[in-house]
Amino acid sequence: MSNQEKLVQAFSDALGIAQDLVQDTLEYNTIKEWDSTAHMVLISELETVFDVMLDTDDIIDMSSVAKAKSILGKYDVTF
Amino acid sequence: MQDDDSVETDIPMTIEDNYLTKLESLFEVPVYDVSQVEKERLLVEVLATLHQHHVENCESYQRLASTWKTDNIQLSDIPFVAVRLFKLLALKSVPESKVLKCLTSSGTSGQVPAKIFLDAITSRWQSKVLVRILQQFLGKQRLPMLIIDSPGNHQSGSRVNARFAGIQGLAMFGRDHTYALNNDMTVDWEAVEAFCRKYENDNVLVFGFTFMVWHYFIAAIKSANRTVRLPNAHLFHSGGWKKLQSQSVDNHTFKAGVLNLTGIPKVTNFYGMAEQVGTVFMECEHGFLHAPSTADVVFRDCYDFSELNVGQTGLIQVLSALPYSYPGFSILTEDLGTLHGVDDCQCGRKGKYFTVESRLPKVELRGCSDTAAAAS
Repeated sequence: MSNQEKLVQAFSDALGIAQDLVQDTLEYNTIKEWDSTAHMVLISELETVFDVMLDTDDIIDMSSVAKAKSILGKYDVTF
Repeated sequence: MQDDDSVETDIPMTIEDNYLTKLESLFEVPVYDVSQVEKERLLVEVLATLHQHHVENCESYQRLASTWKTDNIQLSDIPFVAVRLFKLLALKSVPESKVLKCLTSSGTSGQVPAKIFLDAITSRWQSKVLVRILQQFLGKQRLPMLIIDSPGNHQSGSRVNARFAGIQGLAMFGRDHTYALNNDMTVDWEAVEAFCRKYENDNVLVFGFTFMVWHYFIAAIKSANRTVRLPNAHLFHSGGWKKLQSQSVDNHTFKAGVLNLTGIPKVTNFYGMAEQVGTVFMECEHGFLHAPSTADVVFRDCYDFSELNVGQTGLIQVLSALPYSYPGFSILTEDLGTLHGVDDCQCGRKGKYFTVESRLPKVELRGCSDTAAAAS
């Protein structure tokens, strides 16, 4: 599975949304499924899937799917 | 804030833009390293803008405070709203369509819970500021986290219990979140022992509400004659001392008990409330609570509300730069506290430092840990 596919799967599983909703433009708090509770589930899912340890700045900065990609990029996960 | 079309660049700055610009500048200031004079200057600008926003967008607030003049003002000139108004009225300053969730304070049966309406702006800034303040104590890394509470469901739809919101705020600093209590508030010994074994040699984070930590964890360990060892843990707790004061447990006794029964060497109390989530007042190593750059306190005489000086005890007024979706940026609490000094705490942090003494007599129980006590 490519990193892009893994990312879409992780968002879809963590937020409980259809895979086609996981677009770069999808933003935190703009759909009810991506609220602060689901956000922590998402963080944990991304850490497991990509085997990274995100810090508190990453949690705050991860405000969209596109942003998630750039943050994961800091940990050498390329898209 | 959304990126607007270029056609909008010619129109004057909206209050929202103005507020966010000023808030960003304030956020750039170090949390504890700016003098009171400089901090007040920046904070008052944000608060005056918030005042204007709430006058224009919240009818109840407008009736309360619209006559107040915003020219040439000091922090203590800012009008305040009594904390219990959030129980009596549904106060909000954004359209219903912008409300993401409603935070309800921890009222037990017979008590009316406060309702705090949060939009995307306020809830995002609450997280940003809380993280920034806690980073001063924990760094940026996240630690294995033991939560002294039950995993029970605290959220129903868009209504979120303040107790849960408190846990959730701290949970951003945790990983492998483990709940220490069962839903009946007994200790989940299996979970606690597994956590202690797994992270025996690692730094860990422990969080709970003050009364719950003492009553359902520390006292339970003692009466069960069990051993819990967390020698590398840092415990953060908040939520009210009233119930513990009636058992003669003060901050010193609390720390000694925690160390004795769990080996936790670092214990940090903080003062905060559902009506101002995000801006917390953290205890320093000398036992004083400190105002961060984004918030402040003013102490007032209980009878005439005049401002008190260093060394005097009175009602605590809390001011925070964050409440945009509801008019809670300046609140007169029902807590009594003492201002101990400004800019000169031995810990080196600038700004005001204080202690919280108690609640006013005959005030209903508030605070996540105190209402849990009343319910038990």
